[in-house]
Amino acid sequence: MSSSNLIQDIINGLLLGGLYALIAIGYTMVYGILRLINFAHGDILMWGVYFALYAVVALSMPWWIAFVIGIALAGLLGFTVEKVAYKPLRSAPRISSLITAIGMSFFLESLAVVVWGGIPKSFNIYPKFFNRTLIFGHVRIQMLTFFILGVTFILLLAVLWLLYRTNTGTAMRAIATDIPTTSLMGANVNNIISLTFIIGSMLAATSGIMWAMRYPQVQPYMGFVPGMKAFIAAVIGGIGSVPGALVGGFLLGMTEIIVVGLFPNLAGYRDAFAYVILIVLLMFRPTGIFRVYSEQKV
Amino acid sequence: MKRISFKLNFVLTTLFVIGTGFFLLWVSNSFGGYWDRIITLMGIYGIMAVSYTLVNGVTGIFSLGHAGFIAIGAYTAALLTLPIQQKAMSFFIEPLIWPLNSIQMGFLPATIIGGLVAAFAAFLVGYPSLRVTGDYFAIATFGFAEIIRIVIQNSYNITNGSLGLKSIPPYTTIWWAWGWLLVTVIVIGSLKFSSYGRALRAMSEDTVAARAMGIDVFKHQLISFVVSGFFAGIGGALYAHWLTTIDPRPTSLGIMLTFFVLIMIVIGGLGSISGAVLGAIFFAFFAQWLRIVESPMNFFGINIPGIPGMSMLIFAIIFILIMLFRRKGIMGKDELSWQYIYNYFSKKAGDQD
Amino acid sequence: MIKIKGKDAAKKEVLKLENLTIRFGGLTAVDSFNGYLNKGELIGLIGPNGAGKTTIFNMITGIYKPTFGTITFNGINITGIKPQITTHLGIARTFQNIRLFSEMSVLENVMTAEHSWLQNYKAKKILHAHNPSEFPKPHWKPWFWSAVLKTPDYLKVERKMKSYAHDLLKEVGLDKYAHLKASALPYGPQRKLEIARALATKPSLLLLDEPAAGMNGQETQELLEFIENIREKFSLTILLIEHDMKFVMKICERIYVLDYGKIIAHGVPKEIQSDKKVIEAYLGDESYV
Repeated sequence: MSSSNLIQDIINGLLLGGLYALIAIGYTMVYGILRLINFAHGDILMWGVYFALYAVVALSMPWWIAFVIGIALAGLLGFTVEKVAYKPLRSAPRISSLITAIGMSFFLESLAVVVWGGIPKSFNIYPKFFNRTLIFGHVRIQMLTFFILGVTFILLLAVLWLLYRTNTGTAMRAIATDIPTTSLMGANVNNIISLTFIIGSMLAATSGIMWAMRYPQVQPYMGFVPGMKAFIAAVIGGIGSVPGALVGGFLLGMTEIIVVGLFPNLAGYRDAFAYVILIVLLMFRPTGIFRVYSEQKV
Repeated sequence: MKRISFKLNFVLTTLFVIGTGFFLLWVSNSFGGYWDRIITLMGIYGIMAVSYTLVNGVTGIFSLGHAGFIAIGAYTAALLTLPIQQKAMSFFIEPLIWPLNSIQMGFLPATIIGGLVAAFAAFLVGYPSLRVTGDYFAIATFGFAEIIRIVIQNSYNITNGSLGLKSIPPYTTIWWAWGWLLVTVIVIGSLKFSSYGRALRAMSEDTVAARAMGIDVFKHQLISFVVSGFFAGIGGALYAHWLTTIDPRPTSLGIMLTFFVLIMIVIGGLGSISGAVLGAIFFAFFAQWLRIVESPMNFFGINIPGIPGMSMLIFAIIFILIMLFRRKGIMGKDELSWQYIYNYFSKKAGDQD
Repeated sequence: MIKIKGKDAAKKEVLKLENLTIRFGGLTAVDSFNGYLNKGELIGLIGPNGAGKTTIFNMITGIYKPTFGTITFNGINITGIKPQITTHLGIARTFQNIRLFSEMSVLENVMTAEHSWLQNYKAKKILHAHNPSEFPKPHWKPWFWSAVLKTPDYLKVERKMKSYAHDLLKEVGLDKYAHLKASALPYGPQRKLEIARALATKPSLLLLDEPAAGMNGQETQELLEFIENIREKFSLTILLIEHDMKFVMKICERIYVLDYGKIIAHGVPKEIQSDKKVIEAYLGDESYV
């Protein structure tokens, strides 16, 4: 592999990793608070992309307003899903909430098939200059890549700022350790949980829209696989930890691109890497890189 | 409360099985191909659901890998029954490896081998996965199922890769499907109502207490997982010879199938064998019935276009409503036994007094 | 009155704990615990909350692996052996916060514990290795297949399990509730059911974790007689954790007092009552005085 290929791969890895990281934040925050794998997370992402697409196609809005609307509506959808499906089951056995989350994922996908149709749609609603390619020696980089990387890093910094530099963020982190105590301290638990879902969903939708720009296609099942992989990224980083989700996301994205770059024969198995990493990790260090939870007490 | 004796139970159950047999005979003779196919599918779904509920309901560990074992059973059996010339024709990207390219056997041995291979896969998957618990186990098994699917997709010299297998002989009749369902119900029922079944149910409630009572939790979970894998493989073998075409897309033998079987056992009640069978019958029946919704209709002279995907949406809604408002489904963890029916009606009679 | 077995009684050490220590992260929960139980003794383990009493139970039964130290049971080193095997070797326990299988019937709860009868191959192998003359070489049987195929062999064991479980339930006075769900029982009977379930594993050493918790004077008195009764009947050696001092003083022959993971006193009830350190440790916590 030549050095220019390597640079190309690293950039692509960063790009994919950033997209995973944005989705993983929602997973890890929700799991941190509710101990729930929100299977519907990836499908909320998909809905956000459709919202943005139809805001342009049906309402002929400018692309950037459409993006904002798609992201905002995804936040609203995440909020609704939590209120309707998860909140009533908060005191139920954990396995029930997990099954409900799977049901919710299935529901959002089926609804998307009914509302938007099952056939993949092209996502060509962004301006053409994103497709322009810059050439640095042997390395060719699309404008889109810069855009995605830029947005990703700004959002990641914003999330970290929110979590570690604001009162709301402190409450979010406190609630993840202990719900009853935090509510005694005067924080409104329900509001914070809602806010977590809204932020997580909006980040996922942003990632989804950028995903759709890069692989210019939308279909009702597009959220499931990136969602699962982002969840795995969150587990790699140590579920419940936001910095962990970032590290896990980038690690996973890099691994997928670099391994295929080094061993092109394995390209067909690319989607399996995440699961292999996950299984190996669960065997040897189930708490991930940033250990957050200890074992249950007998 | 009167308890129904073992003898009476046995006689009634035998009569019920014979009665069901005659009913199936009548249906397949008088309604022709369409309903015959649907009722065969009910039997196949029943096998998948009963084997799934053994793990997810009775043992209380939540696997999302069922489709992986179904796929292994399906591919193994199909590769063993496909005529040799057919294999030579289908595998045009890479030829099928020896010895699969020179074997052709009957349906029964192929099905059993399909089950055994799936059981072995369940052992290989269960052994590492069962070291983690709860939702981690769910994700690990899902991961394994996806790995199985991706390997199938890429192994052109064994599974014909993404092209899939075509022209599988349509061996699965109503009798094969319901016969195997009977075997599945008897074996898993016998397991559930034995000392081992008590151990499994105890573990599903409290693993710490179960360990303190001398139960090797890991070993019992693994046993349950392997038995479940065996029957999932049988179900897969029958399914392949019912579909006659199989491929590794996620929507055919992937996570979608696991979803469907999950819906069946949630409807039936997690942990109930009879519930799983009822859930499977319900699912197969309504999935067909709801096709009406998806096809264009003429309603009092107004043309209503069909809505594709509507049936799955309705199932998703049923699924969520059950989880929110009736988490135990039709049967809960109980079984539809003669005792259950007797108690139900004597209670009803008692209410009227 | 309770007879204290004199020095003349043949002493056989059932359980011996040497330098038992466990650390969780930086915290030393139990620090060099030394203790022993002779056959037929009823010994108390007391101490303030968080002193490490239940942790000792968890180490004896194999739920936790001690950081160092050894546990010897009937002359066999069982340190770090898995919980199910310690059960098969003859150690049974109850839990502080009752842990019944609440969705199963009372009878099934007891029969679940009897599943260990089919599962004790490894334990028998350990016993055989320890003392081949007393314990014959065990033969492994495919009980799983027998259970699924319902062979006569299995059905015989199943019948035995059922009748023994009924006997045990009669013994603790729960026979009439046999087909009730365990969660439907009132609190007191639940405690008793947990003990019956532990007895179904046919133990020689019984560990009781706060058996009198949440009971009134009348119930405690009944429990006292009940424990005495089963000790006699099943020739048990008993180690119990308890907060109710009256109860402990009445029933136990010797007492270990634990504070911050360390033994601060050991002796017969009279000595413990007048021990300065013990009084100090409990001081400030009025409920114990």
